Amino acid sequence: MIGEAARLLSDWSTVDTWIVLIAALAAMACALPGVYLLLRRQSMLGDALSHTVLPGIVLAFLASQSLRSVGWLDSRTLHAAQHAILFGGALISGLLTALLTQWVQRRGRVEASAALGVVYTSLFALGLLLLRLWADNVHIDPDCVLFGAVENIVISAEQRASVAWFTATVLGLNLLLMLLFYKELRISTFDPALATSLGIPAQWMQLGLVAVTAATLVTAFEIVGSILVVAMLIVPAATARLCTDRLGTMIAMSLAVAAASAVLGHAAALTLPALIFQPLGFDEVRDANTAGMMAVAAGGLLVLAALLSPRYGWISRALHQMRLSIRIAAEDLLGRLYRQAEEQSRPQEAEVIDHLGQPLLIRWLAAQGLKRKGYVRRVQGHWLLTDRGHQAAARVVRAHRLWESYLAAHQQELPDDQLHFSAHRAEHFIDRNLQAELAKELQRPAQDPHGRDIPGENGNGGS
Amino acid sequence: MSEPTRPATGEHSAISPLSIHDLTVAYHRRPVLWDIDYDAPAGKLVAIVGPNGSGKTTLIKACLELVPRASGEVRFFGQPYRQVRHRVGYVPQRESVDWEFPINALQVVEMGLYRQIGWFRRIRKQHREQAMEALKRVGMAEFATRQISQLSGGQQQRVFLARALVQDADIYLMDEPFVGVDAATERAIVQLLRELRARGKTALVVHHDLQTVPEYFDHVLLLNMRLVAQGPVSEVFTEENLRRTYGGKLALLDRVGQKMVQGGGA
Repeated sequence: MIGEAARLLSDWSTVDTWIVLIAALAAMACALPGVYLLLRRQSMLGDALSHTVLPGIVLAFLASQSLRSVGWLDSRTLHAAQHAILFGGALISGLLTALLTQWVQRRGRVEASAALGVVYTSLFALGLLLLRLWADNVHIDPDCVLFGAVENIVISAEQRASVAWFTATVLGLNLLLMLLFYKELRISTFDPALATSLGIPAQWMQLGLVAVTAATLVTAFEIVGSILVVAMLIVPAATARLCTDRLGTMIAMSLAVAAASAVLGHAAALTLPALIFQPLGFDEVRDANTAGMMAVAAGGLLVLAALLSPRYGWISRALHQMRLSIRIAAEDLLGRLYRQAEEQSRPQEAEVIDHLGQPLLIRWLAAQGLKRKGYVRRVQGHWLLTDRGHQAAARVVRAHRLWESYLAAHQQELPDDQLHFSAHRAEHFIDRNLQAELAKELQRPAQDPHGRDIPGENGNGGS
Repeated sequence: MSEPTRPATGEHSAISPLSIHDLTVAYHRRPVLWDIDYDAPAGKLVAIVGPNGSGKTTLIKACLELVPRASGEVRFFGQPYRQVRHRVGYVPQRESVDWEFPINALQVVEMGLYRQIGWFRRIRKQHREQAMEALKRVGMAEFATRQISQLSGGQQQRVFLARALVQDADIYLMDEPFVGVDAATERAIVQLLRELRARGKTALVVHHDLQTVPEYFDHVLLLNMRLVAQGPVSEVFTEENLRRTYGGKLALLDRVGQKMVQGGGA
């Protein structure tokens, strides 16, 4: 399978490099505004903008056509000028979206997402209407609009260079803006009211972000299409957010994820369809749309981050949960051994300790851990506490009995057996500082409510 | 019925840290604050007290030009807010921001310096040190690099206070700093307010807990869509005034408001 993939990839040519380069530039340009949309919980706005820029694009296209027909633009400069005009059209539609949404929200007294829904569908419909009215003059291929056409762009050497330069410029501009307004974007995203009160108008920052997003979207349209561009906007940012709690790192990571999804997406587009479909007998399936596979790759990276991220990942959470279980099991074992030793010297009513359903593996790991630390040793099939183990165990029991005493002093209505159960849970979370505070508040009790001695701070005798 | 709220002449003292003249604020044409006329006493701790929906937050936001005024004028130290931003510190409600934002405590405090640092300029070492100093003053130095979602409610509130402190303002407007905080934080906030007062600063604090008003504050501003009473706690914080603030007599005001909405055809 890997050999087969390598063989398919060995056909890699300059064209493929161009595809990856252009796709990566476009994805990175999208990822930057995406970070702020995600953090502002306005991901939907990106989706809306990807539709509402349509009337702007159509009008801009018509404008450039008529400029040519009146002779202001010759067909040579048209191509360069067209980009700028499209850009302007998209900017205006983007700003219109933001302002109309605010207006509908205020006038219609509806929530922001409802207002956005109204504006977004209306402007998109207007765009379709314009397209229909002047369909003769606007050559827009639906496939191209939906899925992008990076594969077509790179065929002509001249066109691919110009698209690459243009996309790189947009990326550079976005980077520059994000760096220049780093502070201002951060504060107006986190705390718009404070930002405005400090003289950094959060509303203007929002409009600026919308304008940048709209401009970036039109740039990315012809490369990844209007549907998949939303994935490029949000998924890298969401992936990065899972991996870090720092804004700067998040921005850098979202760029890396965007670039990686371009590389992986194109490689997957070349290999996966053949690898999957040819064994099934569909010989004619050779490759897939790069933009589509980029979205898939970005999605894959997101899943990976959700699994592996140090703080939010499922795996690290499961590991954390397991470490906690082991610690609790170890402390339970220490407590049990301590109480056993206590009973032998002075028999009294036994405290019942259940295992709280701890699995055998966890208990075994806990015991091994304690042995490694030199807290317990095994003598004739029985666990025994060492001196150090005795001290550690005394701290656990001290926490337990202090907590019981505290609860007894403050919650008379709680029955004794429940006291014990609550303390059995809480003892694992009461550290030395808390123990000291509890002891102080209870005026250093010598015994718990059941009449058992509370071990001292250093683990020996009564306090 | 004594009306200590209205100066006889309508003249406002130019040196008052905050003077509000005939302020009316409306949402969708429905007034939520009516004809507020108020001069804050310099160097005092003032509690803003009133029932839910009485316009306490709106009053603060209107002063800071965060919500549009229907009419009236607000001056800080005799000048419009825009000209004296640096002398005014603001502590928004804790719930008003997204605590999942990827940022640590120190970076939140640095925000208090953004105006001073200026557009396009970077945060420098001296700013970081200033922010750290402010965190120390609220007892949060050890949490400087902690992601803010990992902080307790009380700790988050202290970070907000440190952010206001670092502005080194002369008047502070605080929106419910005591809500949802632990006893230790509450003590820390009171301590801090007293320190500010000792340094001649003024603080207007939206406050919910009527019981602690006499202990924590010098002056009180009783608000329920209009200014019910204001002045030293010992004189104004009376059962009679509280009944007027929290009592049901305002139904009339609300009904007039309703009429205005209907009459306005909105």
